[in-house]
Amino acid sequence: MSDIRNSNPGGEDFEPQVSVASTDAVGLAAGGSAAPLPDEDKSYSQGQLVARRFFRHKGALSAMIVLGIVIVVAFTSIGVGPIPGWWPNSYTLQYDKIGDGAPTWQYPFGQDTGGKDYFALVMRGTQFSLIIAFAVGIISTAVGTLVGAVAGFYRGWIETILMRMTDVFIVIPLLAVAAVLGRMAGGAGILGLALVLGLVTWTSLARLVRGEVLSLRERDFVLAARAVGTGAWRIISRHVLPNAIGVIIVSATLSISTAILLETSLSFLGFGVQAPDTSLGTLISDYQAAFATRPWLFWWPGIMILTIALCVNFIGDGLRDAFDPRQNRTKD
Amino acid sequence: MLKFILRRIGASALVLWGASLLMYVLIINAGDPLKDLRESNMQNKQQLIDARIALLRLDDPWYERYWDWLTGVGGCFTGNCDLGVTINGIDVLGLTQQAASSTLRLITLSTLLAIVVGVALGILTAIRQYSGFDYTVTFSAFLFFSLPVFWAATLLKEYAAIQYNNWIAVGQYAPWTIVIAALVAGFLLQAVLGGTRRRRLVTAAVTFGFVTIMLFVFNALDWWRNPMFGIGGVVVVSAAAGVLVTALVTGLRNRRALYAALTTVVVGALAYQVLAPILVGEPSWLLLAGLFVVTLVVSLAIGAAWGGYARRQAMLVTGITGVITSLMVVADILLAHWAGFLGLKSRPISTIGSQTPNFTGEFWDRVLDMGTQILLPTILLTLVSVATHSRYTRSSMLETLNQDYVRTARSKGLSEREVIVKHAFRNALIPITTIVAFDFAALIGGAIITEQVFGWKGMGALFQDGLNAVDPAPVMAFFLVTGVAAVLMNLVADIAYAALDPRIRR
Repeated sequence: MSDIRNSNPGGEDFEPQVSVASTDAVGLAAGGSAAPLPDEDKSYSQGQLVARRFFRHKGALSAMIVLGIVIVVAFTSIGVGPIPGWWPNSYTLQYDKIGDGAPTWQYPFGQDTGGKDYFALVMRGTQFSLIIAFAVGIISTAVGTLVGAVAGFYRGWIETILMRMTDVFIVIPLLAVAAVLGRMAGGAGILGLALVLGLVTWTSLARLVRGEVLSLRERDFVLAARAVGTGAWRIISRHVLPNAIGVIIVSATLSISTAILLETSLSFLGFGVQAPDTSLGTLISDYQAAFATRPWLFWWPGIMILTIALCVNFIGDGLRDAFDPRQNRTKD
Repeated sequence: MLKFILRRIGASALVLWGASLLMYVLIINAGDPLKDLRESNMQNKQQLIDARIALLRLDDPWYERYWDWLTGVGGCFTGNCDLGVTINGIDVLGLTQQAASSTLRLITLSTLLAIVVGVALGILTAIRQYSGFDYTVTFSAFLFFSLPVFWAATLLKEYAAIQYNNWIAVGQYAPWTIVIAALVAGFLLQAVLGGTRRRRLVTAAVTFGFVTIMLFVFNALDWWRNPMFGIGGVVVVSAAAGVLVTALVTGLRNRRALYAALTTVVVGALAYQVLAPILVGEPSWLLLAGLFVVTLVVSLAIGAAWGGYARRQAMLVTGITGVITSLMVVADILLAHWAGFLGLKSRPISTIGSQTPNFTGEFWDRVLDMGTQILLPTILLTLVSVATHSRYTRSSMLETLNQDYVRTARSKGLSEREVIVKHAFRNALIPITTIVAFDFAALIGGAIITEQVFGWKGMGALFQDGLNAVDPAPVMAFFLVTGVAAVLMNLVADIAYAALDPRIRR
């Protein structure tokens, strides 16, 4: 019997080892049935599988650590709102300039032309850029998922409208529409700008979700749910969307990186964050002429933007590989 | 096919019209066009305000203003375009013509370069998956994808332009720079060509030696300031390119294709000798375009004549070789003019403007002038696009290489070249056409920023100044030009998609 059972070399044993041992009298006597399952038969949920694959991706793991450090330092160093931070200097006060403001131990990022501490300024800009990026990511994901799911499931006129809207965004550059809307929302502050930017970036995500929902709604489990009489909303929220979650999460992460580059570009052109709020884009725009004489004023904000966008992109790539490892391997 | 194109044009016209309506309504409400006048202290403030209200018809409802603009644009079909006037009373049509030529030049060049380099890199990294080369290119792609364009533009201005201008005044490389450059070239080439350890070492060593010797010779001849290429250089480089193209497309064993390519090179060189007086004098762009078309036709004819059983492949080989030969001829003429150009413009890469104002030079000097100005913005825009294109090509190529028919082709005994070039390449290209179309609008957005940093008076400047002053006419002109360009690009992409994928031919 055991020959037949073990006759597929390298294949999986479909029965746990315990039952083989339990037919052996010695195993029974030793209490074999109470032994724990060995690891190879433990079953993982989808989330656990995805997490395992994600943490194996070294680039994504280090990107997550770096991004975490950046976020923690940006928000705790100078504090948010009423909560104070651990950084001794403030971003509004002007201090005595040491030399021409080059970086020193006391002011590690240097000082700007007026004497303000540049580290505090850059951290404040980073805070704003991060808040806007995450807010835009959340808004565009929420709206995009909703519209994409409805368009893919019901089809009909909502789908036609969605397709025309994405066509419009193929023709008009995203930056142009965002600039016009940003000019409109000029005085509405950070959250107004985030809302406006979210309203322009949801279309590509909606298109992806629609594609996923279109293929998922033909699957058998949806057919079974409908045969039992499940309502449409329940089917969408409990059956279809959880299967599309991979695409949604990956797109949400990548939309955060698009959002931060879009917002800093808009602020650079002057249509994004308005005074008195700073953003990394406005800092670069203010000091771009100073590059030849005071390069530190120019390097630090750019490096922050680059770091954040790069980390988010690596995390998105790691998530994409974690959710769908099929397309990655040709030689295994 | 014709019905397909007409249907696409009709749908695009509808989308364009809807988008223009959306943009117009957004712009009119984007702010207060009278803001600067309201805050001024001038004596005739009220008169100026009234004049501006009359000029922009601010009292009329939005649909009447939109209709007015639309009829003006409609006039373009009958020959008298009226794109409106700016807030200062300048006619927008003239502004647009000037701005559009520089911006479209930039965008077209960047798109072409990005497609060629991106697809090539994507395919190379796909067939050399998990090598050091692959990891380096992938990391660089991520880096350029996350790069803020405006920040990179200023960095490029400093290091590429100013440092290059400082260097070209001297024009000599230090020995250690030569060694490093040769090492890098050797490393790259052995990574791309692959093979056994011994073969890689040989490739790297040969490349290292070749590049070192070349650069030392260039130094000795002061080549960077006084370049010479000559008909010999044209023939040698074009012949090498012809052999490479033949090796890639048909394999060197197809002697007919090889001879056809070499014949094209010889014919091209002879034509250059004969036509040299016309070319080097004061040609016009029309003449050059016409000669290029003639070159293409002649090279295709040579391929058809030599072709034999693989006629279409031979025509492809000779077509590509003909294009490369004409590019080499142009390069030769430009290099011949370089020394004189340096005399006219001692700091060649200027960072402001799309061409030097009041430039006194002949045709080819003007081409060099515009070329050095367009170099940096093109590099910037291309880098970002190359990142996306190479990633998408890589994943598409990997997916194609995993298909069953590729495995069949390999097991049949086809060489790796045939498997990749004849079978996998064309199928992998299909999704790329859609990506390129989507990327075009993003490129236009990047062009807005690049033009601002490099001080070009292009469509981006029209857009930005118009939006700042809440002036609809220039912004709508920007939208019109870029919208039509994007629609055309999408149409080209759709036709290419239909041409590449026989499953959807109509």
